Amino acid sequence: MSSETKQILTTDGTPLEVSLKKAEKKNKIKAFLLVAPLLLFLIITYIFPIGEMLFRSVDDRMVTNMLPKTFKAMEKWDGKELPSEEVFEAFYLDYKFLVEEKTFGKLATQLNYEKNGFKSILKKLKRKMKKFEQGNYKEQIMNVHKRWANVEYWRAIKRRAPDITYSKYLKAMDMFKNEEGKISQVSEDRRVHRILWLRTLEVAFFVTILCFLMAYPIAHLLATLPMKYSNLLMICVLLPFWTSLLVRTASWMILLQQQGIVNDFFVWIGLVGDENRPEMMYNKTGTYVAMTQILLPFMVLPLYSVMKTISPSLMRAGKSLGGTPFVAFWKVYFPLTIPGIGAGCLLVFILAIGYYITPALVGGASGTLISNQIAFHMKSTLDWSFASAMGLMLLTGVLVIYWIYNKLVGVDNIKLG
Amino acid sequence: MSKNSEFVKFDKVDKSYDGKVLVVKDLNLDISEGEFITMLGPSGSGKTTCLMMLAGFETPTNGEIYLDSNPISNIPPHKRGIGMVFQNYALFPHMTVYENLAFPLKVRKVSKDEIDKKVDKALSMVSLIGFENRMPGQLSGGQQQRVAVARALVFDPAVVLMDEPLGALDKNLRESMQYEIKHIHESIGVTVVYVTHDQGEALTMSNRIAVFNDGKVQQLSSPDKLYEEPVNSFVAEFIGENNTFQGEVSDISDGKCKVKLKEGEIVANPINVNAKGDKTTVSIRPERALINPSQKMDNNYKGKIEEVIYHGDHTRVRLNVLGNPEFILKVPNSSQNIDIKLGNTINISWNSTDARALDPK
Repeated sequence: MSSETKQILTTDGTPLEVSLKKAEKKNKIKAFLLVAPLLLFLIITYIFPIGEMLFRSVDDRMVTNMLPKTFKAMEKWDGKELPSEEVFEAFYLDYKFLVEEKTFGKLATQLNYEKNGFKSILKKLKRKMKKFEQGNYKEQIMNVHKRWANVEYWRAIKRRAPDITYSKYLKAMDMFKNEEGKISQVSEDRRVHRILWLRTLEVAFFVTILCFLMAYPIAHLLATLPMKYSNLLMICVLLPFWTSLLVRTASWMILLQQQGIVNDFFVWIGLVGDENRPEMMYNKTGTYVAMTQILLPFMVLPLYSVMKTISPSLMRAGKSLGGTPFVAFWKVYFPLTIPGIGAGCLLVFILAIGYYITPALVGGASGTLISNQIAFHMKSTLDWSFASAMGLMLLTGVLVIYWIYNKLVGVDNIKLG
Repeated sequence: MSKNSEFVKFDKVDKSYDGKVLVVKDLNLDISEGEFITMLGPSGSGKTTCLMMLAGFETPTNGEIYLDSNPISNIPPHKRGIGMVFQNYALFPHMTVYENLAFPLKVRKVSKDEIDKKVDKALSMVSLIGFENRMPGQLSGGQQQRVAVARALVFDPAVVLMDEPLGALDKNLRESMQYEIKHIHESIGVTVVYVTHDQGEALTMSNRIAVFNDGKVQQLSSPDKLYEEPVNSFVAEFIGENNTFQGEVSDISDGKCKVKLKEGEIVANPINVNAKGDKTTVSIRPERALINPSQKMDNNYKGKIEEVIYHGDHTRVRLNVLGNPEFILKVPNSSQNIDIKLGNTINISWNSTDARALDPK
């Protein structure tokens, strides 16, 4: 065979590879056009908002843009002692402009995040500023309030100079950058976020375990029962999906409250006294019970779809070869369900870690999770950048879990149906 | 060494799943040690149910099964020590070939060295040495089949059950596996109970065949007897090809009977008929009817050729004989039979001993 045979030509003389590419190109374009709307949709509704969230969580240009002259003047300031007249003058000019534009309120809010007490002295400065004379602004500003003579406040302003900031992430971990620019922890009584993170992980973990323990037998039953019974059972499993999440949570509230049905029953059978009915709601118990019930189908379905494919003759083979029913189950059946267990656990865990409505309604103070904190900052404090930071941390957490799972079990082993 | 002729014994076994229909009726069956016995029958005839009762996955509704003289109805499957080859092999897909074979040994707490030795021996028996670390999914159907056989034998069970083990293989592979299983049986002398609906498989492999129909054993005998001397019309019909005539006994004497058909009369061998006037189905194997035979036979008729189908080594000829247009002849392809042409009328003959007058259909 010589080299001439290497390149195969089609009948009209063009190389085969070229004509193959040409023939497939049309199909490729067609395929791309078919998925293009979906791709666009994904970009608009998924990638863009997440990018926006990432940006917002670190974006700190608001103050930078409001005090351009000040930050320019501050470049030379070492931050040890009070800044020079130059900085004071620049600050005066910037602030005067903001007052004229009527946007000084935003600056007050932003600086107050950084250090408490800014709001009042900025307001006072605004009032007194009208009577300021030309020159020697340092003296005049310092006379407005004694805090203006405190170097701490000027350092706080300087800390807001960079365009981007990680302070929101630190805040979410109950940490902050102190005056010297070192990362340190907030005082013990104010460490709320770390508790919430840990609680979120704990609740998600145990809800996953509970779901797994309850779903495994159900899924097994579903997979082995004759069709007419298994259909009925499947409807029972799926029924929660057809009911509003809010209604389901509300029904748990009716069941679990202190004068509720479950407590009434406990009193009736004499398990607890009428006067000390246990609190099963507005705490972690309520969150566990309601979340487990709501997330159960997400565990049942992947397990079911895997178990359905396991031939009953495998268990029989295990037994006929001498394995006790337990050995046959543990060595043969269980390993084959691992893809379903992985998929179910991953799904439930990821859903649980970001769960919002149920903990908000039945969680009370000790049963709320990090997502409730995110919602709180979205709706009440309007600190969106903080909410974004926490949201992104949650997302990163999920991705890390996914990565670990991939390392341990392998994502291609997941089977959702 | 005397062999136990009642090594496996089904004693008056009934089985019903729903309490209304008996799928196995009053089954009595003795299987001797080292025997290769096949349960043959159409689907739904109860043969697989019998196998499942022997394996322990179903319990008899009535009666008892004995293994080596011990009743086993109350012994769970894993304590019976019976090897089983399943219809779809039932190899554990998450274990390698080695682990599959080691499974029955591990649960019996056999030492590691012993396991290695036995697995090696079992794999060499099915000529799969070198496949230890493959997963079942990486094997072809035939190889999976062999692994399943090796796994059922590796722990030296007294009895091995095989539930249509060759059903999923193609024709050539089936045939070679039939011989292989047969040879393995001969070399290690294990008792094999084999279930199939394929009569060819049953005839080539077994010492004895139990033909099942309608929950009952219709006939239990060696393959040649089953083919040559079927005891009823179901067996005659089910095993091999068969030409039948429906008629009524007009005379019975001297171990021969005359059967009156719609057109004409034939002489037959009375098997399931007792007296004059009995309705009967006369069965003749296609190769027992000859064209212009050299020796004299007691049944001689003329038939018109309706169809000729060439089969390579033989030709199938469909004749219209005595009002039966479905009479099949198998003619060896030799130069004598050149006048076999569509529309010709030929002389055919058979011996009355080969025409078995059985029960009416």
